[in-house]
Amino acid sequence: MQGYSYLWLIPFFPLAGSIINGLFGKKIKNEAVIGGIATLAIFSSFVVSCSYFFQLLGDSVKVHQNVIAPWISVGNLQVDWGFLLDPLSVVMILIITGVGSLIHLYSIGYMHGEVGYYRFFSYLNLFCFSMLMLVLGNNALVMFIGWEGVGLCSYLLIGYYFEKKSAGDAAKKAFVVNRIGDFGFLCGLFALFWALGSKGVWTLNFVEISENAHLLQSGGVLVTVVTLCFFLGATGKSAQIPLFTWLPDAMEGPTPVSALIHAATMVTAGVYMIARMNILFAMSPVTMMVIACVGAATAIFAASIGFAQNDIKRVLAYSTVSQLGFMFLAMGVGAFTAGIFHLMTHAFFKACLFLGSGSVIHGMHHGYHHAHLDDDPQDMRNMGGLAKKMPITYWTFLISTIAIAGVPLFSAFFSKDEILWWAFGSTRGHWGLWLVGAIAAGMTAFYMFRCVSMTFWGPQKTNPKAKDHIPESPWTITLPLIVLAFLALVGGYVGVPAILGGANHIHHFFEPVFGHAQELFKIEAHGSHATEYALMAASVLIAFAGIGIAIFMYLKKPELPGKFTAAFSGLHKAVYNKWYIDELYDFLFVNPCKKIGTFLWRGVDVKVVDGAVNGCAWVIKGIGAGLRYSQSGYLHNYAVAMVVGVVVIVGYYVLG
Amino acid sequence: MDANLVQEAIQNVNLQAIMPSLVLCGFGMVLLLVSVFSERGKTTHIAWLSIIALIITGFISLNAWNNPQAGFADSVLLDNFATFFSIICILAAGLTILMSDAYLKREGYPIGEYYPLILFTTAGAMWMASGTDLMTIFLGLEVLSVSLYVLAGFFRGQTKSNEAGLKYFFLGAFSTGFLLYGVALLYGVTGTTKLAGIAAYVRSNPDIVNLNDPNMMFIAGGLLLLTGFLFKIAAAPFHMWTPDVYQGAPTPITAFMSAGPKAAAFAALMRITIVGLEGMHADLTALLWVLAVLTMTVGNFIALSQKDLKRMLAYSSISHAGYALVGLVAWNEVGFSGILFYMLVYTFMNMGAFAVLVLVGKQGEENLTLEGLTGMGFKKPFLGIALCIFLFSLMGLPPTAGFTGKFYIFAAAIKSGYVWLAVLGVLNSAVSLYYYLRVMVFMYFKDPQEDFSWVSINAPAAISIIISLAGVLLLGILPGPVMEMAKLAGF
Repeated sequence: MQGYSYLWLIPFFPLAGSIINGLFGKKIKNEAVIGGIATLAIFSSFVVSCSYFFQLLGDSVKVHQNVIAPWISVGNLQVDWGFLLDPLSVVMILIITGVGSLIHLYSIGYMHGEVGYYRFFSYLNLFCFSMLMLVLGNNALVMFIGWEGVGLCSYLLIGYYFEKKSAGDAAKKAFVVNRIGDFGFLCGLFALFWALGSKGVWTLNFVEISENAHLLQSGGVLVTVVTLCFFLGATGKSAQIPLFTWLPDAMEGPTPVSALIHAATMVTAGVYMIARMNILFAMSPVTMMVIACVGAATAIFAASIGFAQNDIKRVLAYSTVSQLGFMFLAMGVGAFTAGIFHLMTHAFFKACLFLGSGSVIHGMHHGYHHAHLDDDPQDMRNMGGLAKKMPITYWTFLISTIAIAGVPLFSAFFSKDEILWWAFGSTRGHWGLWLVGAIAAGMTAFYMFRCVSMTFWGPQKTNPKAKDHIPESPWTITLPLIVLAFLALVGGYVGVPAILGGANHIHHFFEPVFGHAQELFKIEAHGSHATEYALMAASVLIAFAGIGIAIFMYLKKPELPGKFTAAFSGLHKAVYNKWYIDELYDFLFVNPCKKIGTFLWRGVDVKVVDGAVNGCAWVIKGIGAGLRYSQSGYLHNYAVAMVVGVVVIVGYYVLG
Repeated sequence: MDANLVQEAIQNVNLQAIMPSLVLCGFGMVLLLVSVFSERGKTTHIAWLSIIALIITGFISLNAWNNPQAGFADSVLLDNFATFFSIICILAAGLTILMSDAYLKREGYPIGEYYPLILFTTAGAMWMASGTDLMTIFLGLEVLSVSLYVLAGFFRGQTKSNEAGLKYFFLGAFSTGFLLYGVALLYGVTGTTKLAGIAAYVRSNPDIVNLNDPNMMFIAGGLLLLTGFLFKIAAAPFHMWTPDVYQGAPTPITAFMSAGPKAAAFAALMRITIVGLEGMHADLTALLWVLAVLTMTVGNFIALSQKDLKRMLAYSSISHAGYALVGLVAWNEVGFSGILFYMLVYTFMNMGAFAVLVLVGKQGEENLTLEGLTGMGFKKPFLGIALCIFLFSLMGLPPTAGFTGKFYIFAAAIKSGYVWLAVLGVLNSAVSLYYYLRVMVFMYFKDPQEDFSWVSINAPAAISIIISLAGVLLLGILPGPVMEMAKLAGF
């Protein structure tokens, strides 16, 4: 494939797959065919993405645009259906199609026997299409289509078990909270469009935005407002404070959905968006500081909630929120490369963890089903000792847990460490940010090993009837686990820092995307090697401390957590109930909104608006019925009407 | 006759300029013969031959794109404008023929002459679009009208079809009287029937259109001439024939009339006002403004109380002519090309809607009422969804072509400062939601009374629906390329 003119194939395959399964899936019925079509579609995209990746590696020019067709052409504005391939988007499409393929394959086995099997795969493919449009779009409008598309698919998939009220509610919550973020995104888009337009550049194209960003005043109010609006959009999609509450509830969706959408891809859209417009964000130190603080706060806050959750998927959900916080912290201190690097490693280990949890749930469900029990298959308090029952799931889960904990030589160690180093040493960083980040990393190690201990180690606490009927999952489930665990293990080696003797390939790869902003605004991490080593040692120590405490509390002295919660029951209750954030939002926003809504409905809408509308409709219908009588059906009446018309028209001109 | 004149006329003949319609007429005549020698009741092959004729004609027409051909002493000009309208008419004719074959058999009139008549109508329409002399335009109009009179009354055993043909004929003849009288008056003043000649005359005598002391003959002539075309596009108050004729005529012919011949009438109206009566522009604006508002309002308001679907679509067609007139009021590039675009869009969405009705109707079509569609959406999902999309487009909702079409036209009006006109247009669209949506209410929100087992979707009709769907969605999502073409074709 010479040139980059076949980029459209990448989103095309999943779109085609989605349409085929959506239209004919019900008739096809055969699960293997439906799942095969969907998996083949996304895998084809992966193959194309790989070939473009290697082509880009060998290409001296790293930024390519490919316009398919003009879309909107009004006045000075020209928006195309166009794609943008650069190191940033190529990494994203590799993650989306690569991890996506594995999760599709996984779903074939996992979703076996579900009602609406075809619907699931159609949505999943549609999601991949939207996500690929989001990252490949060369202008903000195409990105917005993807942005809304992934939101829609997320809604559809969270509510996949729509006959369950909690699933329907969670879907609605996700959608509504995301709308708030989308509102911010749109405001930012309009403000940016107007701001650049008033300087004579009417554009929504990312390359042109970057080239013309200098027209705006650096550090000015305008650029701060624009970027803050965009950031609000990012907090919605990527579940950051204050809009993170939807993500834990989103775990109502099937587990592959949690892995693909709510861990590996969609929730990173906010990070991607900031990285895509890095130059604008770099122009506003205020926004950067806000992002860094929100990211750090989210990281530690969500990690704290993870301490007390008993639902295995909820632990992972809060862990995702927390890890996304790390990525935003990276963006905020100007460590764009490190942020995307962490996005990538996170996609590996978190997808693996979610799929692992899915495998566990699958096994538990099987056991309960066999024993005709109605227990919760996701409650970790009923697990324990599963390591022997499901060895592959266990080992892959363990590898990913070690990775997320930040143990040296595993992938997240490199990415997280680089974020922490930048948080400390960057010109936009602060030692306080480092401290919060390092503590959050330690907490991560703690709650993840708590999770492993409760699930896989120690005595089995499952109901004895079900106990012996928990099988290892089939190969379609374990194969993706193995591949992802492998990536979680080695994925970090593309970014080994210089002080550890690495070449930091990823840093150089991203140079064409981020280098300009970092150079222009002198964003760099500085400090002696000694400091860097010391910080690295500190964070490793903190991680091991977290692991140690977790193992001690949940494995060696299993009675300790109980005592602990008894001693600090108030604190535990607050953490268990997620710091009452949902209740707070209900009190502050939801209920007042409902009250206003009720007033507008009963008072304004029913009385004023409906009255006016019904009145208008009544009048219009009356006029219509009256006019109808002019249509007598008699030829001579029609002729007279024509003559009158002509006489009036000609008379008006000739006599008037 | 003067030998020199004859010499000149022969030199001026440029057959290239009428090649598309010439070919079409040739096919029409051959097919008339074919139908004579065909077994009674066998018409399918004539339908397909007509489709082939239209495709060939289409390619010949496209040959003239960006390659204008003038001929017959400059009384014909096959330019981009004419080509664009020719393509619209060919499309309309093709879609009509595709939905007709099974329909004619169902209604008991499988008569071969039907198809050549459609081809002749199309040829007439193409002359109207390419005429630059009032005489050639009139010639086209008559070829078109006479064929249509026959087609409207084609079901000679049905009273309502006869009524449609006869009413159309009488009122058509009546309006032609006005038109010819207008031509005579203009000729009397300017001494020419060529549009360019009339315009040149006004340029050198600007006083004749000065409304403080106008030349009565010229003004009256211009207005009477316009009246003839306002009748054809069914602008109020010359619209009254439309509901009766549209309701009584065979349904595919109704669809055809609302798209192809109407587009041709718009083409002639545009060329006459924009080229010939350019000098009267300032005087005409107020009139066109009032007529546009009147037309869309009358059409929409009366449509509200219709129960018969063909009649409802007839009124809807009146209101759409009103929207298109807005582009003429705006009098700018976007407005003119907007009309071209809108005519194309309207062809797709209206023909599509009619194609669905053709399939849903029982013999005699007594069931083509709102109640008759009750529950149709669930029994015939493809037809239901297709009709919904066409209706959404007629309403003007994105992402359908109806939206982009209206958008360009109203944007043109605003650009020229006619904000209130655009507001009235949008309000009118809001009124139209009621009667379009009501069809969907009957299709989906009421329990089916019948099983629609008589509906069998034949392949040609399905093709016409699919082409229309593709047009409606493509022009809605990707209007850019076609709008660029419309700009090249506009004035």
